[in-house]
Amino acid sequence: MSHDHSHEPITTAAEPPAAARVRALADLLVEKRVVEREEIRRRIDWLVSRTPAHGARLVARAWVDPSFKERALDDARLAALELGLDPGESPQVIALENTDEVHHMVVCTLCSCYPKALLGPPPDWYKSLPYRSRAVSDPRGVLREFGLELDEDVEVRVVDSTADVRYIVIPRRPPGTEGLDEEELAALVTRDSMVGVTEPASPS
Amino acid sequence: MTFAAGDDVVVSSREHTGHNRTPGYLKGRRGTVVRAHDSFRNPETHAYGGDGLPKERLYLVSFALTGGDRVLADIFEHWLERAA
Amino acid sequence: MHDRGGWPTQAPIDRREHDLADWELLMDALENTLEARGVMNTDEMRRGIESMPLAEYESVSYYERWLFTTETILEEKGVLLPGELDERVSS
Repeated sequence: MSHDHSHEPITTAAEPPAAARVRALADLLVEKRVVEREEIRRRIDWLVSRTPAHGARLVARAWVDPSFKERALDDARLAALELGLDPGESPQVIALENTDEVHHMVVCTLCSCYPKALLGPPPDWYKSLPYRSRAVSDPRGVLREFGLELDEDVEVRVVDSTADVRYIVIPRRPPGTEGLDEEELAALVTRDSMVGVTEPASPS
Repeated sequence: MTFAAGDDVVVSSREHTGHNRTPGYLKGRRGTVVRAHDSFRNPETHAYGGDGLPKERLYLVSFALTGGDRVLADIFEHWLERAA
Repeated sequence: MHDRGGWPTQAPIDRREHDLADWELLMDALENTLEARGVMNTDEMRRGIESMPLAEYESVSYYERWLFTTETILEEKGVLLPGELDERVSS
């Protein structure tokens, strides 16, 4: 076996063997002109640019502007575009409003569907088998693990993103935030609260 | 569009082979239509080299969970029947 | 076996998170580029993942599933020749 290091697979110690395979696949497909390197780079840049701050802006606007909120509940793609936000390639995005009576929680039991244009890539736990299994059979148990205990008279609605529609939660606006502007409100809106497993932060 | 918000429906309990977006835990379950979405390419054919046409209407349907909670899911029209 | 809603499990939710590694970002971008170009579509991508043997599905990492399905679908379509990627990796 040759010890020439140029024949070693291009992986670091921390990476799984799949890493080298993915790179080799990309190289092959670029060589075959099936894809272009520049396009891949643009998509990586896009993915890295996606953060929960985008969704938080949509939530903050919904909190201060009831008619915007209604539009987001009907069509969050269009509502996001109103704010200059990129809603991504999903054909339909819908906002779900949490109230004193209803608490929404989002899951994809079949895979990992998630509004990543507005929230960034989904966290590992969202894609995990326990979350996907238990969200629809034991939602309050799952919420408890995230530190959220809801009263019995609050209705939990678990929304399973089974098809082409993506869902984002508008969590309840925390009390004591009446004097805050939109930017300050957006800073309270956590990613987890837009998935529906926690409440937003309170003003300090 | 076959169904409207408020309609009571049942998810078919028929077997399926191959790619499908109707979760097993909802098969045979009775629910209420919350919303009619747009129509989308049928994943069951689109996944196998077909074009997924004609598009199928998708519905957000709400089902009961224990203790008054609900689970909602997007179900394609050909998996729903009007409840008796 | 991908259809996980209500599967009996008491397993707690592991809330540790990790930033996506470079190879994971690459895999995500590559697959989505293939879709944008019409080489494969999301339903095929999911169907490919669903064809994984259960033990493998449950043990490999998320983007390793994406690698599996992309290879599977591309080979099926003749975009990748059988063994071509193996050969490239080992060369």
